[in-house]
Amino acid sequence: MTLPSRERGLDLLRQMTRIRRFEERAAELYTVGKIRGFLHLYIGEEAVAVGAMQALTPDDNVVATYREHGQALARGIPPGAVMAEMYGKANGCSRGHGGSMHLFDVSRRFHGGHAIVGGGLPVAVGLALADALQKRAAVTACFFGDGAVAEGAFAESLNLAALWRLPVLFVCENNLYAMGTALARHQAQTDIVRKAEAAGVPGQAVDGMDVLAVEAAARLATAAVRAGQGPRLLEARTYRFRAHSMYDPDLYRAKEEIERWKASDPIGHFVAALRAEGLLVDADLAALEHAVAAEVDAAVAEAEAGPWEPVEDLLKDVYTAAERR
Amino acid sequence: MTKMTYRDAARSALRDALRGDPRVFLMGEDVGRYGGAFAVSHGLLAEFGPERVRDTPLSENTFVGAGVGAALGGMRPIVEVMTVNFSLLCLDQIVNNAATLRHMSGGQLSVPLVVRMATGAGRQLAAQHSHSLEGWYAHIPGIKVVAPGTADDARALLLAALREPDPVFVFEHAALYPMEGEVDATGGPGEIGRALVRRAGTDLTLITYGGSLPKTLAAAERLAGEGIEAEVIDLRSLRPLDTATILASIARTHRALVVDEGWRTGSFAAEVSAQIMERAFYDLDGPVQRLCSAEVPMPYARHLEDAALPQPATIAAAARAMLGRDG
Repeated sequence: MTLPSRERGLDLLRQMTRIRRFEERAAELYTVGKIRGFLHLYIGEEAVAVGAMQALTPDDNVVATYREHGQALARGIPPGAVMAEMYGKANGCSRGHGGSMHLFDVSRRFHGGHAIVGGGLPVAVGLALADALQKRAAVTACFFGDGAVAEGAFAESLNLAALWRLPVLFVCENNLYAMGTALARHQAQTDIVRKAEAAGVPGQAVDGMDVLAVEAAARLATAAVRAGQGPRLLEARTYRFRAHSMYDPDLYRAKEEIERWKASDPIGHFVAALRAEGLLVDADLAALEHAVAAEVDAAVAEAEAGPWEPVEDLLKDVYTAAERR
Repeated sequence: MTKMTYRDAARSALRDALRGDPRVFLMGEDVGRYGGAFAVSHGLLAEFGPERVRDTPLSENTFVGAGVGAALGGMRPIVEVMTVNFSLLCLDQIVNNAATLRHMSGGQLSVPLVVRMATGAGRQLAAQHSHSLEGWYAHIPGIKVVAPGTADDARALLLAALREPDPVFVFEHAALYPMEGEVDATGGPGEIGRALVRRAGTDLTLITYGGSLPKTLAAAERLAGEGIEAEVIDLRSLRPLDTATILASIARTHRALVVDEGWRTGSFAAEVSAQIMERAFYDLDGPVQRLCSAEVPMPYARHLEDAALPQPATIAAAARAMLGRDG
């Protein structure tokens, strides 16, 4: 890999580390009951969100899945707003209505947080259609997992985006498991790029454990999308180090397989590469970890201090209030 | 007022919307070159071009979801789903996205999406093109559900739907498309959530909507010839439901028959009946009755289809029975 400047390198490392430490804390908070519902950790996959997000501008749209803490943080949603959302507090980024799986921040064009596998793809196509019809030069980045390729929405959405040459960047985070079912156990064709190409969407596979490789591929793909060449697909080959959710006993993966993937930890590898080039010294790493720990502490404090939405407001925002019309 | 068909009235609303608001566009299966499966959008492609009148692949879930996304992105999409039976293929986007996104995002998002679809039986299209599932949709908070039963409402309620900031589902009854009626062809939007008394009466209230409205009015005429004056309420909107108009009528007539083309079990008629029981029990002189479709997948043969549906004769018979006039 070609390394970026020290400043850029440290920024990418900080972003990945922030996601990792944030989620480690979230897992702890889950075990003590501060966070409930489903909690899907992204640990191991941080290079995908951080790398891909580098290719986006503030005018672009992001549509993500229920495993989206990484995308949310990389997109710039404040950690406190995400943590408060997981607490179910009114200062959460979805006012406590969504929880871990449904993070939203319209000011950052972050359109969820979709927990129906494949359900975000048609919405992404529509956001891109709206941009195209209004002559806005934005890209819609749509994240989804390998499980989603089994859904009709995958085939339908890729086709429609290609047919109408819409500005969508489809990012398949292939972590090899649809919950507990391995890709090869649910797909006859396991090459996701070939599936995309069959739908008329040019695709590229990339090492999803390498933040710079993901960034480079995402920049290339978004450049094509921005140039009006229609949608592109990026298949980021990655792995989640933790179980599917906090309920998952992880019986379907061999320990050796998990350990093998952990050896290519995106953060550890990137640290080693930066060190080897002399771009990072121990003091930098310590300072970075210290700063991230403080951010996570602050996020937790914000969540702890946040108010609960009054029950009287339960039915608010089922429909848009008259004054918002 | 101009005489025009329900179909032409719906088209006039589409045309006005497309002319009046550059954010409006129409998409769906065969809405463009074909002119719409029920010819509602005939001529619109020529007038507005392929950017705004968009033929889609047979991908209901994705083009409805794309409607959701386009609405989030600042457009005012009108999505046509060919029939209500096909809409089962896009229930995910409707129930899990269109209806939820506003609340689930903590009020950040609005989804100003209009979905139109043909509903109902009466054209011998059998069990995969003829059902009345609008009652299911009325179950879902976060969306609004309207069902025009007159040509004028085919226009007015569609225009109203386009003014809403939230998803509105417009159920156009397939058997009504050729029906002529007086239409205010330059009129503005109707009011969603307001039922109308289509015929005043004193002896009982017939509550209905959509494709059963003309049949119920015919039954009321028949009953009038026998000295029974039935009041006929056209719900027009299933969600929100105008219970005030229903309750006011029952306070006058003391009897209610709900006529609904949906199946009886778990029907929208059951909802109306329950609301009356909860809120007007002491106004009633007898139990609320329901006349619904027979609990059978809609058969093809004309005589069987006729027998499965509420008809003027069966509506009149049910009314007579409630008044002890079943001779």
